[in-house]
Amino acid sequence: MAAKTVLNYIERKSFVHDLTGVTKLAFFLLFTFASMLTYDTRVLLGLLIISCLAFRFSHIKFKEVRFMMVFMLVFLLMNNIFIYLFNPDQGTAVYGTRHVLFHFIWRYDVTAEQLFYMFNVSLKYFVSLPIAILFISATNPSEFAASLNRIGVSYRVRYSVSIALRYIPDIQRGYHNISQAQQARGVELGKKVKLWTRLKNVVTILMPLILSSLARIDVISNAMELRGFGKDKKKHTWYMARPQKRNDWLVIGFGVLLLALSAVITFWDGDRFFNPFM
Amino acid sequence: MKNNSVRNVVAIGIGAALFFVLGRFVAIPSGIPNTNISLQYAILGMLAAMYGPVAGALIGFIGHTLIDLSWGGSPWWSWVIASTFVGAIVGLVAKRLNISEGEFGKSQIILFNVANVVANAVAWIIIAPVLDILIYAEPANKVFAQGAMAAVANILTACIIGTLLLLAYTKTIAKKGSLDQE
Repeated sequence: MAAKTVLNYIERKSFVHDLTGVTKLAFFLLFTFASMLTYDTRVLLGLLIISCLAFRFSHIKFKEVRFMMVFMLVFLLMNNIFIYLFNPDQGTAVYGTRHVLFHFIWRYDVTAEQLFYMFNVSLKYFVSLPIAILFISATNPSEFAASLNRIGVSYRVRYSVSIALRYIPDIQRGYHNISQAQQARGVELGKKVKLWTRLKNVVTILMPLILSSLARIDVISNAMELRGFGKDKKKHTWYMARPQKRNDWLVIGFGVLLLALSAVITFWDGDRFFNPFM
Repeated sequence: MKNNSVRNVVAIGIGAALFFVLGRFVAIPSGIPNTNISLQYAILGMLAAMYGPVAGALIGFIGHTLIDLSWGGSPWWSWVIASTFVGAIVGLVAKRLNISEGEFGKSQIILFNVANVVANAVAWIIIAPVLDILIYAEPANKVFAQGAMAAVANILTACIIGTLLLLAYTKTIAKKGSLDQE
């Protein structure tokens, strides 16, 4: 179970799995930046097609990642409701026109602009979802930390990420044990007790967790020091690192191209939004 | 304390793991529907106050990014950056707090709380919403309302639980000159 709980790695033989962690990380970052930058509906739809195709190439089945999809859809729905409640005219503010479809109540008209705007917001979040799920499920967590190496992250930070991924399951288990033990002693965290008591009870559970974690920091850093961590910065190698192949460079090139293309198409007419109402 | 840099690398890793576990798996009802106490900001404040601004910033950044990734979306960078900022600002007072010596008196408690209030207020009321507007073009009143809610919740958790944790922790450390000759 180890790191699987964190990043939900699914082992498979596929084109996407064969790419190195560096490639997947780079492509993931390029793709998310492209989707963050643009608000152009045409670009977003294009990106969506690419990310769905990539998902097909990975041979990961939809039902294996369903819970992430469902979580994201619930989140999108909530977000749209909040946007509408807080500002039913954000679409008009963005697109400059106002076509009322029908009246709701009070200040809540349903306008074509608002619907189009909320469609775009949802699309913007949804576009990177398949790529993000791919990145998580098709990258071995150990290789993930190793791959940070190549994109220029300092090797101390990389090592911190490795340690975090390595110790999350341990700390999770520790938390579980402590909270069960404390609950057996009658420490209650649920809605039955008053908020202040609940806060104090939280501290009685967190305290052992933190003390054991601080002790762990001592043990690990002593062990690393004994093995001479940080003495030689150049020769640090990673067990899980793999060399870049031809396909890796092609995919990275494709990612750069996508980012450039979406930037060009988006800002061609000097506006971040694609406006069908003008 | 000897060789701080190795210890910091490890503290960042373990801190990010703690941040992740508390933020991802632990939900303590706050009494307001659908709002949970985000314990991770108490831990972030505490570890930042112990290990300094760089460690604090990286704990917030790595921990928050991993939480977002594990939910299966791409990281929500505007809020990740806000978490990073909280860690960095609280970490700035680490030198003056000197928690590893077991000191946590009245003036340190005040300093710790002020740092947490300032850091969380700026992060959630200014940084996160402004980035949300820039990146996602969301309605201003919505993101500021969300930000204000997050600020209040995180300030309360960080100050109350963070202070209680530090008080309990510093009691376990033998202070300098605590031995008397008989």
